[in-house]
Amino acid sequence: MSDKRFPSPFEVEGPEGVEGWEELYPYSVVFSEELRDYEDKRFWFWDSMHWGYAMTPWDSTFLELAIASLSQFNSRHYRIPPADGIDFRVLYGYPYFSPVTIDDGARIESRVPDFMERAGHYFVNWDQLYDNWLEKIKTTIDDINAIDFSPLPEMEDLSVITDGIGTGSGQRLQADYHRFKDLVLQVWQYHFEFLNLGYAAYLDFFGFCKQAFPSIPDLGIAKMVAGVEVDLFRPNEELKIIARKAIDAGLARLFDDPDDVSAIQAGLAGTELEAYWNEVADPWFNFSSGTGFYHYERTWIDYPEIPYAFIRDYITKIEAGEDISRPIEAITAERDRVVSEYSDLLETDEDRQAFQEKLGLARVVFPYVENHNFYIEHWTMSLVWRKLKELGDMLVKEGVCSEVDDVFYFRRDEIDEVLFDIYSAWAVNAPNRGSKYWPPKIARRREIVAKLKDWKPPKALGEPPEIVTEPFTIMLWGITSESVAGWLGSDGDDSAVSGMAASPGIAEGPARLVFSPDDIGDIEDGEILVAPITAPSWAPVFPKIRACVTDIGGMMSHAAIVCREYGIPAVTGTGFGTSQIKNGQTIRVDGSTGSVTILD
Amino acid sequence: MCEACPVIDWANELPTIRSFTARKVDASMTDHIVWFDRYEPEHKPFVGGKNSSLGEMMRAELPVPPGFALTTNAYGLIWSDESLVNDVNDLLRSIDHDDLAANRETASKIRSRIELNPVPDQVVSDIVEAYAALCRHCDVENVPVAVRSSATAEDLPDASFAGQQDTFLWIRGADNVVEHVKRCWSSLFTDRAIAYRYSMGYLHEAIAMSVGVQKMVDPIASGVAFTLNPTNGDRSQVAVDASWGLGEAVVSGEVTPDNFLIDKVLREIVHREISDKHIEYRLTDRGVVEKMEVEAERRETPCVSDDDLVAIAILARRAEKHYGCPQDVEWAIDRHLPAGENVVMLQSRPETVWSRKPKKPVATRTGDPMHSIVSTLLSPMHNKSNRE
Repeated sequence: MSDKRFPSPFEVEGPEGVEGWEELYPYSVVFSEELRDYEDKRFWFWDSMHWGYAMTPWDSTFLELAIASLSQFNSRHYRIPPADGIDFRVLYGYPYFSPVTIDDGARIESRVPDFMERAGHYFVNWDQLYDNWLEKIKTTIDDINAIDFSPLPEMEDLSVITDGIGTGSGQRLQADYHRFKDLVLQVWQYHFEFLNLGYAAYLDFFGFCKQAFPSIPDLGIAKMVAGVEVDLFRPNEELKIIARKAIDAGLARLFDDPDDVSAIQAGLAGTELEAYWNEVADPWFNFSSGTGFYHYERTWIDYPEIPYAFIRDYITKIEAGEDISRPIEAITAERDRVVSEYSDLLETDEDRQAFQEKLGLARVVFPYVENHNFYIEHWTMSLVWRKLKELGDMLVKEGVCSEVDDVFYFRRDEIDEVLFDIYSAWAVNAPNRGSKYWPPKIARRREIVAKLKDWKPPKALGEPPEIVTEPFTIMLWGITSESVAGWLGSDGDDSAVSGMAASPGIAEGPARLVFSPDDIGDIEDGEILVAPITAPSWAPVFPKIRACVTDIGGMMSHAAIVCREYGIPAVTGTGFGTSQIKNGQTIRVDGSTGSVTILD
Repeated sequence: MCEACPVIDWANELPTIRSFTARKVDASMTDHIVWFDRYEPEHKPFVGGKNSSLGEMMRAELPVPPGFALTTNAYGLIWSDESLVNDVNDLLRSIDHDDLAANRETASKIRSRIELNPVPDQVVSDIVEAYAALCRHCDVENVPVAVRSSATAEDLPDASFAGQQDTFLWIRGADNVVEHVKRCWSSLFTDRAIAYRYSMGYLHEAIAMSVGVQKMVDPIASGVAFTLNPTNGDRSQVAVDASWGLGEAVVSGEVTPDNFLIDKVLREIVHREISDKHIEYRLTDRGVVEKMEVEAERRETPCVSDDDLVAIAILARRAEKHYGCPQDVEWAIDRHLPAGENVVMLQSRPETVWSRKPKKPVATRTGDPMHSIVSTLLSPMHNKSNRE
């Protein structure tokens, strides 16, 4: 590796006019003079896969909850031999990660027995534990639903007196907020209960295949493991069912103008189609148009014009005589063929047995890897954002906020103080200070976040690692020694972009840059989607595009999984695709080699 | 691409596999004729090594150009003419094995004597009838054929050396075929073949000659395919070298071929290197093969379409499965067959370089998946730096 290094986190120049940005995030996550020696020595990479945009204060909570939970399972639960957690910081609103690897051979060795016992227990009992996990998630969702952020009453209900309750609504409001925080941490714990083990088993099969077939494409391995019927694809499948039912019921024309939500809802009122919609919408349309990590991402259930438009597109296709169903049997047969051919090509019976064992384990764990994303990032997070908006609504009524979304400009601990202020003013029946204190602060914070969003953060900070060995960094973020070297040397040829060969095939067409999920409506037929990352809920736009290029994403990133499912060429993890490629440029995407060429 | 396809377009990922089952030649088998498409292993002693390998390829459902073998029974019939037997024996007895120049002359006399002898009527009529059936099958008048000797030697391991293997290409018309059959027969008596048998102590009558008559391919492009990646031995890939026209240009090293790697399982082209192919060997209108300049616009274009590359890979894999070990195959794309049916296989033999390497198992700790996971976590990039 060259002597080049990434900028020190202490030298990075942020955007103008954001003085005081540090106050938007907890003191523990900003780079600090006290820890400078430690922080300056490390390698930090920006996780633009999950957090492509500057975070508002409350939104950054999920960075903390997610990464602390991920780390905890590595370090304290399973004792992953070579990996503790992933340290994280926020710089100008963007998250930077630094994997904590264990290099000392004796320490690694000492963790092996605990890892084998603990991870082994999960692998052996996986199905039962996974069923149990689904129950735990549903219970947590019910608990979050039960959280009550309604405004404080003028007078307590008589039953509080007659039942001898002895506590009031102000206490209940604060307790519910505390409980809400506990529940969201709980759900992020669950998120990582299985994930790292799932990746470990997958990686083991992956490594075996790469050794047996040095040139096997990642895609070949993914195809053997991928599930055929995956919960993550269910929302899209439901849209197709609704499109067909609409045609059968003679309601197809209702969707001609998907933006006229009230007309469609009026037209559906009392029909069987409406009943079907209501049956499937919760949970399946708790589907974010983004990663699930931002409060402003729209969900299908709350913005029905999004699914309405997709339904209209499907109706058009069905009416044109197209078959839009998934050929489940053919897909299964193809998967079986791929497995049996690779197995046939192995040299010995021993290898075939090991291959089957590893594949078997990878397939046991993989439904979790594929599906957790729907249950947590989409379903639970939709609900979490909705609840926070209820809280924002209450804060508006109390005068602390001027609009509902202001709530996301508080750090989560500040809300505790705000709620006590509101409670105590309510109790005393005197003015609260918050409604004078917070509005100018929030206005300033909005200004800061807007500026941070327009800023382009560096890909990485600090000392580049000799070699990337941390298994989850490689698996989840697709960050390898090669890609880091590529970031360092990226000031060379600007007409070529390279990344992971995520879905095979070659396509040419005009590039369409999409930075925000709200812009996916702009995509036109035959364009090539170029985005920092794609979300599973963008699925219905895939019939329009010829190929897809993303800045970040590993072989098992959501983008890669979905692109393969759609059978269009995709190159993921290009690092700089969205800054090198310009809107409308003709590009060629080779999803078999991972290269993108700018043709004009 | 996507306008016409459903949203979840796995269908695109599902390869359509061409049917390579060839139409059988409409002609009957006789004592003297074995059609390649009806070859059975028990025919091997009567048709020789080369013919049986073509028949075996057909049994593997590989699209070999159609043709037939003239059996050793036909060859045996010529020795029922006592004067021929006596003349040849006299000549053989006259050989002084230390005088090479004289031997060459004697051998040439033996061959002339055999070629002058009339072919038995029954054999002539069987060849004429079979050749006519082949012309009808190909729907070409006087279809050009390759006439090949295919020696057979019971109990001898190396019949190919014991009998020199002559091949005559682009033979047209029944009379010419009969003429070249005789030359194949007589090729058992080159000076080298005689000397070889003498030095090995083989009897001349232990060797018999079958002759193959097979439709010539007029290739748009041709080449070879290995059923593994020759750089790393990866058996999930097929390596293809390809150039315009007949295979000579590549074999002689006059042209750097296009080079492709195809994933056998996923049926995707994973690597392509297109070369400047400045010359090609082609059949001219006059029926001869000539070296020609390749016109500018074809020189640096791939000489095989992606679909045909996948077809070649599938066929090579089929040969590998049939023979049970990695193969080195010769293929061609025939100008006169319709697209989709025009990839033909000319030869398949075992790959030798990687197949001779000792096999080491991939799995070192079978039966203990947890240990394997631990070692994977310790070196997750282990052996997987395939990104270039």
